[in-house]
Amino acid sequence: MAKELKGLDQQKLKDYWSYNIRLTTITMVIWFVVTYVAIFFAPELDKIVIFGFPMGYYMGAQGSLIVFVILIFNYSNKMNKADKDYGVEEEEE
Amino acid sequence: MAGVGSKGFLDNLAKIYAIYTGGFILFVIGLAIGEQMGLSNKMIGYTFMGLTIALYAFIGISSRTSKVSEYYVAGRSVPPVFNGMATGSDWMSAASFIGMAGTIFGLGYDGLAYIMGWTGGYVLLAVFLGPYLRKFGQYTIPDFLGARFGGHAARTIGIIAAITASFTYLIAQVTGVGIIMGRFLGLDFATGVFVGLMGILVCSMLGGMKAVTWTQVAQYIILIIAYLVPPVTMSQKVTGVPIPEIMYGQVLQKIDAKEKLINADPKETEVRELWKAEAAKIDADIKGLPASLGAKKAELEAKLAALPPEATAADKEKISKSIAGLPKTPEEAKEKWTAANKAAVGKSKPIKPYLQPFARLDMKNMLALTFCLMVGTAGLPHILMRYYTTPSVQDARKSVGWSLFFIFLLYFTAPSVAAFARNEVLNNIIGLPITQLPQWMANWGKVGLVSFKDINADGLLQFYELTIGPDAIVLAMPEIAGLPYTISGLVAAGGLAAALSTADGLLLTISNSLSHDLYYKMINPKASINMRLAISRTLLVIVALISAYVATFKLTIIVELVAWAFSIAAASFFPALVMGIWDKRANKAGALAGMYIGFFSCLIYMIGSRFYGLDIWGIKTISSGLFGIPMGFIAIFVVSRMTAPPSQELQDFVESVRIPRGAAKEHEEGMTSGH
Repeated sequence: MAKELKGLDQQKLKDYWSYNIRLTTITMVIWFVVTYVAIFFAPELDKIVIFGFPMGYYMGAQGSLIVFVILIFNYSNKMNKADKDYGVEEEEE
Repeated sequence: MAGVGSKGFLDNLAKIYAIYTGGFILFVIGLAIGEQMGLSNKMIGYTFMGLTIALYAFIGISSRTSKVSEYYVAGRSVPPVFNGMATGSDWMSAASFIGMAGTIFGLGYDGLAYIMGWTGGYVLLAVFLGPYLRKFGQYTIPDFLGARFGGHAARTIGIIAAITASFTYLIAQVTGVGIIMGRFLGLDFATGVFVGLMGILVCSMLGGMKAVTWTQVAQYIILIIAYLVPPVTMSQKVTGVPIPEIMYGQVLQKIDAKEKLINADPKETEVRELWKAEAAKIDADIKGLPASLGAKKAELEAKLAALPPEATAADKEKISKSIAGLPKTPEEAKEKWTAANKAAVGKSKPIKPYLQPFARLDMKNMLALTFCLMVGTAGLPHILMRYYTTPSVQDARKSVGWSLFFIFLLYFTAPSVAAFARNEVLNNIIGLPITQLPQWMANWGKVGLVSFKDINADGLLQFYELTIGPDAIVLAMPEIAGLPYTISGLVAAGGLAAALSTADGLLLTISNSLSHDLYYKMINPKASINMRLAISRTLLVIVALISAYVATFKLTIIVELVAWAFSIAAASFFPALVMGIWDKRANKAGALAGMYIGFFSCLIYMIGSRFYGLDIWGIKTISSGLFGIPMGFIAIFVVSRMTAPPSQELQDFVESVRIPRGAAKEHEEGMTSGH
């Protein structure tokens, strides 16, 4: 058995991984919606115009990008916290 | 100052790079003042290129190293924010910096596939790969394939895929370096390439990943300043507010309104009719092949013979050149004329609205392209490799976020650059008398990026009388915005930084695949550290020279090959890496099947659709990965379940990769470097 797995609660490991899968799934669903669903409905979204931007265009040019950045930081914050909650964080040097 | 990469350096990163940024801005201001006092354009160009390359070389020399972990993974000491900047300039190539805005300028909404594709891929990287690769904590991507799928077979495919993808990409960067050096310094292409390469080599050869990392951070700062200054000025000039990303909404509306006016203008209709006639003429020529080709030649030769004796040598040469320029064979004629016919047909129709979705690329292809670009982004080895360099798994996670943030700064500005340029062209240039066109058009006309011809001879410029190369948009922006030449030099230095930083990363990926994966891991595992580094440095120089040599041929297929390399990386790497982490049941047989099937199904569609008319659902060649990616995943899943499960040891390995605990730190180097 790999050295870092020794002495870890198996149940906690399982919970940690299912938490990760849940978070990953949510992230991917949002990722899918802001790109692919937004492209699919671009002609409809374009009917809404804010500050001169048709919303379908805006999603492709800026909206989806902003969501991507937020998604990654959200994922990393939550996972970094989960590491500690489930006791699998890296050892301090 | 302490050496680059030393403890004193690492503790004061923010301060050092802040001083550097301030110094660079002062330098630009100083040059602008110099320009007012009569410094020539050529001098400005030389100062920019010379100073920036000297700077990169300086960082390279002062971070020279003989430690394996510093050479391969920068000592795993790069904090997330700085790794983000380094990844940003590693990722953003000459194509992103110079070409992207031009692509959107031409494709309108449909060009946004590139914006979304090349950023959305980082979400995949963040959740599926980055942190786990850092936990694995070795030196290369084939390392992971070798460890997870046991033995040399998987590692070998990894090496081949890494080199194929990186090498074509590298040639495109080297070509970009040659073009920029040529345009701004007046050097010929080959000299430009070799001068640029010297800069890359001094940097990466001595210090490996450590030098490349700290140089890339410096390059990011230059390229982002260079990219943002022109659109900010332009926005101030056009809308009165210097925030182009917010203000270009109103510009989009102006573009839309003007396009409608142009489509209704009788003069424009006249030009379109002329293109229609031209298209019909070419079409007749194609149908009349091969006789029409001979007739064209005979006609030109008769014209040459009929020249009066007093005709100048230039007149004669002009006709001789047209004869030489004729297609050699009927097959070549057919290909050339078909393309010309397609272009003419395009110009015979009203302008498709810039804002209208799917006007140039149908929805299916837009979705497919965005998907392939995303997966390709997450499968490129020179990017994945960067996440080995952070101090911890937690830092790797944050670092992906910072990477995308720094890339985002450029990518969300690009559509505004495109919009301001298109607005300028439509609203201020179309309709002008040919004799009163602005100076920038003449400047960029000289190098062939802008061309115009008064087809209907009314003395005015109509929309379809003007052709603008995509690269002209970013390069000409400073002049369009009325900025001094110093800013044009700055933009060129930014483009150079983008090309060099990407070339650095790619070069290192290739030479590491050969020296670490092929030589050390497969041929001579007993090699000493000095031997390994010596081989790596030698290979670096050899690969650089080969790429420069190939680039001097200026093969037109390179641009296409880069897009292919992208799909290949997506179809061969991505499924095996993701399944290696996420599917404990995935085994060697499955991974090999997946990589082969992904690779070949992608390749078959590429070649089939490009040359033999293969067509599934109308998907274009550029999105070939659409088939290879899922087939790769399915093959790994199915074949793994048809064969024996991986050993307990490997299953434990997967478990261990999934948690941050126990990640390798720099001081554990002795354990992993084989002594």
